[in-house]
Amino acid sequence: MFPRPIETWKPSVRTLYTLSVFIVLLGWLLPLIIISIASFMTADQLNAGGRGFNMPNPFSVDGWKIAFQNDDFRGSFINSFMIVLPVVAISVGLATMAGFALSKYRFRGQLLIFAIFIGGNFVPFQILMVPVLRLTQDLGIYNTKWALIFFHGAFQTGFCVFFMRNFIAQLPSELLEAARVEGASEWKIFTRIVLPLVKPAIAALSVLIFTFVWNDFFWSLVLTPASPDGMLAPAGLNNIIRGRFYNAWNVMAAGSMLVALPPVIMFFLLQKQFIAGLTLGASKG
Amino acid sequence: MGNVNRFAPWLFLFPALVYFFLLVIYPIFGSFWISFHDWNGTTFQCSDGRSLLELEEDESCRRVPVMTWVGLDNYERFFEKTPRDLERIKNYWVGIFTGEPVRWPRISVESKVLLNNIKWLVLFPAAIPIGLAFALFLNQSPTWVRITKSMFFFPFVLSPAVIAFVFQYFYDPAGPLKEIYNALGWSSGLIGDQNKATYGIIAAGWYPQIAYCMIIYLAGLTAIEPEQIEAARLDGAKGWKLLKRVILPQLWPATFIALVVTMIGALRSFDLVQVMTGGGPGRGSTDVLARYMYHKTIFDQDYGYGATIAVILFVIMLVFIAIFIQQMIHHDEEA
Repeated sequence: MFPRPIETWKPSVRTLYTLSVFIVLLGWLLPLIIISIASFMTADQLNAGGRGFNMPNPFSVDGWKIAFQNDDFRGSFINSFMIVLPVVAISVGLATMAGFALSKYRFRGQLLIFAIFIGGNFVPFQILMVPVLRLTQDLGIYNTKWALIFFHGAFQTGFCVFFMRNFIAQLPSELLEAARVEGASEWKIFTRIVLPLVKPAIAALSVLIFTFVWNDFFWSLVLTPASPDGMLAPAGLNNIIRGRFYNAWNVMAAGSMLVALPPVIMFFLLQKQFIAGLTLGASKG
Repeated sequence: MGNVNRFAPWLFLFPALVYFFLLVIYPIFGSFWISFHDWNGTTFQCSDGRSLLELEEDESCRRVPVMTWVGLDNYERFFEKTPRDLERIKNYWVGIFTGEPVRWPRISVESKVLLNNIKWLVLFPAAIPIGLAFALFLNQSPTWVRITKSMFFFPFVLSPAVIAFVFQYFYDPAGPLKEIYNALGWSSGLIGDQNKATYGIIAAGWYPQIAYCMIIYLAGLTAIEPEQIEAARLDGAKGWKLLKRVILPQLWPATFIALVVTMIGALRSFDLVQVMTGGGPGRGSTDVLARYMYHKTIFDQDYGYGATIAVILFVIMLVFIAIFIQQMIHHDEEA
């Protein structure tokens, strides 16, 4: 282990380490601590010079109340779930099949197709913007949540294929061969053998995609700029909360916390899956 | 069985492939095509050439955009002032080094945008060594350190738009940094000042990026075989030397991924700029290609020019992707 485990350190150094970890952590979380405190202040206090290191006086949940009671903002929040969940299902589902095809069969163009899926992840969104915008307009789904589901479903598929292909490639091929010898159809092999084995990957991937899509801001601005029941929560925070409460930092602070909450809760509940998904490949190269 | 095997992979691939091509691959070419045109994004005609006004009341047709072919005009427009601005910036630096009193020159918005993208590319990767430092600092096994690790990491899961709000509040001239601003004489704060704002935004961008790099490095550190470290220790290596000679080379896969993700993140920066400054203060002082493109397209309805900016960003990204892929192959050959 590097550095040496602290259990082997001198007690005095160990105490110093413990202390420094907490100080650094406090400094690291300072911007978040400050804004959470602000969310419990009144707008009056904040506007009268209370934006420094002050405690709420009086303590107030007005910011949270106003943010949460705003129908449009709440709409964008609920809407986020209705967009994110289908996107996770679509992209993970399609990618599991594609990943299976790309890893357990041999055919011409295989590598090229895999490269296209990987490369698609790297493109700047802006180069897709106008054509995708046009497409959603032609389909009559512009400014509705279907536009976001439609686009994110496809875009996230790229990352999911990359992930799934690498995961499925590690599964032993003998299992599939044995099933084939026994006369199982390819579809049956996929549903009965591959699917149960990739469950951990599906879990890790779902958590990641949930977070990625929940946090999207750009596409919501582009595809659903004028529709509270089409946009995602971060866009709601910017367009609705900031638009209407630009001089009430308590509302904006509470709104930010609300938008942050679902992925944060998800992360702390499913930490193992999250980290596993994120670090896939980081240690194997 | 042979037949099944030949078609089976394509059947499994088909939905993902068609869907991905329609919404990710085809639009890339679409943007290239639009970038050679002048188009305001709102004029259409029927695909058979009739005007929309000629349609009967209950008639409909496939609408196609009315675009004017302008060749490379949009690209010329983007780089028109670049030589002049480079000259001005050169003179500025010459002035600095020869001790003449000089002021930062006036340059076009396009040049500012390019310059800001360069600042992002140079400064944003600082998140990598900082993330490594955090990882080394926290690579311990007691339960309380493990909980601390998640506390360090969780800013990564916040939406960039939320990060932008958090730091906009944090940077407020009347906010927690007030005393520091007073001492430095920065009355308009970090992001209220044309010359400093981009650095403030980049620093906000570090926040989730450091967390990401930290977690990648922690995974990398866990994957190093303890025997190797012990062997090096027996040879007398410790501290910096051990880190440089043994640990860092072993961490190369983690560094590589951190580099790829960070460089692409630097070029993709949109959310923070859009929320924190909207490209300002002033004209384009914090603007980057990704946001300038959005602005030109949506607000100025200059779709052709917007597509041109997107293509330029795409080409810059391609250069990086090519370097990365080459590195990857090179490294594979060495290993």
